Amino acid sequence: MNSRLASEIFSLTLEHLELVLITLAIAAAVAIPAAVLLARHAAARRWVLGFANIAQTIPSLALFGFLLPLPFIGGIGKRTAIIALCLYALLPILRNTLTGIRGVDAAVRESAVAMGMTRRQILWLVELPLAVPSIVAGLRIAAVTTIGTATIAAFIGAGGLGVFIVRGIAMMDKPQILAGAVPAAAMALVADEALEWIERRLSPA
Amino acid sequence: MPATAVVDIRHLSCALGGRSVLRDISLRVEEGETVVLLGRSGSGKTTLLKVVNGLATPSAGEVWFEGRPAEGWDPIQLRRRMGYVIQDAGLFPHWTVADNVGLVPRLESWPPQKVAERVEFLLNAVGLAPAEFGARYPRQLSGGQKQRVGIARALAADPPLLLLDEPFAALDPITRFELQRQFLALRRTVRKAALFVTHDVREALMMATRVALLRDGALDLVLTPAEFLAARTAEAKAFLASLEENWRPDEQPPRI
Ligand SMILES: Nc1ncnc2c1ncn2[C@@H]1O[C@H](COP(=O)(O)OP(=O)(O)OP(=O)(O)O)[C@@H](O)[C@H]1O
Ligand SMILES: [Mg+2]
Repeated sequence: MNSRLASEIFSLTLEHLELVLITLAIAAAVAIPAAVLLARHAAARRWVLGFANIAQTIPSLALFGFLLPLPFIGGIGKRTAIIALCLYALLPILRNTLTGIRGVDAAVRESAVAMGMTRRQILWLVELPLAVPSIVAGLRIAAVTTIGTATIAAFIGAGGLGVFIVRGIAMMDKPQILAGAVPAAAMALVADEALEWIERRLSPA
Repeated sequence: MPATAVVDIRHLSCALGGRSVLRDISLRVEEGETVVLLGRSGSGKTTLLKVVNGLATPSAGEVWFEGRPAEGWDPIQLRRRMGYVIQDAGLFPHWTVADNVGLVPRLESWPPQKVAERVEFLLNAVGLAPAEFGARYPRQLSGGQKQRVGIARALAADPPLLLLDEPFAALDPITRFELQRQFLALRRTVRKAALFVTHDVREALMMATRVALLRDGALDLVLTPAEFLAARTAEAKAFLASLEENWRPDEQPPRI
């Protein structure tokens, strides 16, 4: 392998990682607070989960196509890609956070009330800590999905490892495709393992 | 006019899931008193404690604290003035024993050093060596050890009122007797008011300044232990009969 290819793999891997981390940070910043609010509102929960489920079923290439012509959020480049990737990452984080919060043993919650904790204290000291393993599980699903889907984002000029794949397809060049696909797959495996390890570490018993 | 009761339950009724669980209960608990709620399983003992704590809402009647109706209190402040030993402990699974015990002092913003001292004192008091048990999680405890952590947690902020829901139920007879005696000693030194739930007559007679017998959600009678021994209601006689049942191993087991 020549050193130019190696250094391109390196820089595009970093770019890919950046796309993924920005996406996960935004998705988590939206989905976790949303889940906290939705945990107490059954009607809103059904609507939002329904919407997020539908968003999840839109094929990613089609979603990129829809977003491109839109003013402000559309256009060629990273921003459009990150918006689309966030839409996919939202659902797993949202759903897992909800499951985690709503899964807290009713007796534990009642005991927290009985001890004189405020609603805010119950959320921060009891519900969220007990939901952490479930939240990490959601982040894990979101991370693996985003790493894969982000390769497609190269079609709209987002950069990252998908650049190799787009180029390889255009030039019918298999090694180019592999130069994008293999690091992306490796990144997904590492993220999966690492987050699973964290999840296990944080689970009580 | 007698001194203000710590808790004054007035004509209280409570319905849960459409069923009437408590009916027209009136009961006062004064400083230094331990009123034992005695009753069969399902008679409404836990529910009465929950209403006093504000976990369940009465459908009629009211509860007064230290001379003011419960509605006039900030529910958070009110709950921190009562130590609640929850049936089956209700410990927080993600906290160590020490963190569980120190909860209310922390909520009340005690300095950490004072919280640590208090936790150590209480763990010793309930017979759990702080060095051995302080850093354990609830899942690493036996049922009786959990119960003792629950008792220590309830006592932590030195509340004027104690609600104890079968606090000694999961203990071996030796530890139970030890804790029962410590509880009586505590009552002599600090004058707390306590509502103590049990379905064990022997324990009721030992711990009570007064016994309140619950039957099907209604108060059957409220008497001192000495008076209770001579009580004539059917429910009281049923409980007293269980005292006289003294089966010894050299006898044939009772025929069924
Ligand atoms: N949330 C609820 N909804 C409907 N019924 C309830 C509810 N909680 C308790 N009950 C009923 O109220 C009655 C009293 O229950 P409670 O838990 O107060 O009994 P208890 O005297 O504490 O019994 P035990 O000694 O078994 O703990 C029972 O018949 C129970 O089935
Ligand atoms: Mg009960």
